[in-house]
Amino acid sequence: MKRFLEFFKPLMQADLGADRVVPPSGFTVRLTVFTSAAMAFLTVFALALSLAADRLATNWGEELARSSTIRISAPAGQMAAQTEAALKVLTQTPGVVSARALTAEEQQALLEPWFGPGLPVDQLPVPQLIEIAETAQGYDSEGLRLRLQAEAPGAVLDEHTRWRKPLVAAASRLNLLGWVSILLITATTGAMVTLAANASLAANAQVIEVLRLVGATDGYIASAFVRRYTLRVLTGAAVGTVLGFIAILLMPGGSDAGGFLTGLRFQGWHWLWPAVVPPLAALVAFAATQAAARRVLGELA
Amino acid sequence: MIELNNVAYSYGGDALLNDISFSLAPGSFHFLTGPSGSGKTTFLKLCYGALLPTDGDVRIFDHSARDMGRDAVAYARRRIGVVHQDCKFLDHLPVNENIALPLTVSGQATPDQFANLQELMSWVGLVGRGNALPPELSGGERQRAALARALIMSPDVILADEPTGNVDWEMSQRLLRLLVELNKMGKTVMIATHDLALIRAAKAQVSARVLRISNHTLQSAGVDL
Ligand SMILES: Nc1ncnc2c1ncn2[C@@H]1O[C@H](COP(=O)(O)OP(=O)(O)OP(=O)(O)O)[C@@H](O)[C@H]1O
Ligand SMILES: [Mg+2]
Repeated sequence: MKRFLEFFKPLMQADLGADRVVPPSGFTVRLTVFTSAAMAFLTVFALALSLAADRLATNWGEELARSSTIRISAPAGQMAAQTEAALKVLTQTPGVVSARALTAEEQQALLEPWFGPGLPVDQLPVPQLIEIAETAQGYDSEGLRLRLQAEAPGAVLDEHTRWRKPLVAAASRLNLLGWVSILLITATTGAMVTLAANASLAANAQVIEVLRLVGATDGYIASAFVRRYTLRVLTGAAVGTVLGFIAILLMPGGSDAGGFLTGLRFQGWHWLWPAVVPPLAALVAFAATQAAARRVLGELA
Repeated sequence: MIELNNVAYSYGGDALLNDISFSLAPGSFHFLTGPSGSGKTTFLKLCYGALLPTDGDVRIFDHSARDMGRDAVAYARRRIGVVHQDCKFLDHLPVNENIALPLTVSGQATPDQFANLQELMSWVGLVGRGNALPPELSGGERQRAALARALIMSPDVILADEPTGNVDWEMSQRLLRLLVELNKMGKTVMIATHDLALIRAAKAQVSARVLRISNHTLQSAGVDL
């Protein structure tokens, strides 16, 4: 804990002297603030994208997991036997978590919207339905089809939502890409701050020399630069985050129909995620300037 | 306080200083003379750790300069007031803040010491110039400001490189008196200068040793200048 505090000392030093000993540089200040704002804005978007893609992948994935059914149409006498046979095949199929024949009541409930209540299911040649829950990897559907054909000729494998599988993979990939983008933006921010801090340190070699002459430690000199860049980046990132937040807020949300596009808004506590962006940016700036200062001060020694 | 043992120094080519042994005793008053380019400034830089000897050992407050980290050198500098020959300042800060810079940097500025600032400014004749920026000062004013900055921390050792190079005779006498007073208060003083008249004037006030750099070594200049 002490070392942790020690690390942040340059930020907390109460005297404002350290900031004044380095001459102000108006233009690069504005550039640094602007760049940090832009980076934070992009980060908020990448966050929204990532989280939305993740939600999508999860939802679709869950639907997929309980998506397949088997329909058995057989003469009344063979119905029970073929159902039994199909269930047996399913229990032996890798990738199937569970399989369950729907009860008559459940089948009736499914048909009710179409035929109204009071339909005597057991007296009609209604196919028997088997609900399949599969693992994330899923089963080999061709193999299952072949075996069903052999064991229960009346069974038809119905995979009506399987087409979504590549979409789920794409959503997962998009989620990953979002996080990679955030990582890249973070690294770019670090690189930008390093470049700016390096230039500023080099431009102030004379100032550093004078400070050393009067007994300034490297820590003191570094803190003047570190605080300056950390505060600039924090300011910029805060502005960028607020703008990004507002932009996401203005996205239409909620409707099921639009799917991905309308799902870009944050949901629930995810609205808190953007709050992480400015401190993260400041931390990156802090570390980058600290490293740059240490390096340049070492070279100037 | 500061000790040089068989020190040699070269900027890359031939040795500029060779086999120099010297000890700066507490409370002593030294002059350092020698022709231009003989290495006076270099000698002082060795004394305050701005340069490391190419051979031999420099000890600053009983620590070998070679073994001192940059922080240790920084702390030592707070006890050594240095007047640079070319008086470097932070040009964006007014003169009084420049003079107070050692206090600011050490993080231990007390109101007392800032009271010192006013007194020092009047001693070096800079009253009313405190809010000027360093580039607005004359050469002599810069030197006086540099001297005031060297003294603000009330250092144990004062190393002054040509502190009177650009001021008139009267002002140089005034600055000399200031340094002599400080020496009487126990400060160790070393002044590098070409100005033999200044040395003569000092000898009337204080028992000063005069050292001379010639032929790359340090010699005692004797009584008759
Ligand atoms: N940074 C440096 N790199 C290379 N050579 C240097 C450097 N600084 C000084 N010199 C050379 O070392 C020699 C001594 O310089 P120094 O400044 O110590 O002399 P000085 O006695 O103080 O002279 P002056 O009386 O003119 O101030 C000079 O020949 C100078 O050119
Ligand atoms: Mg010189």
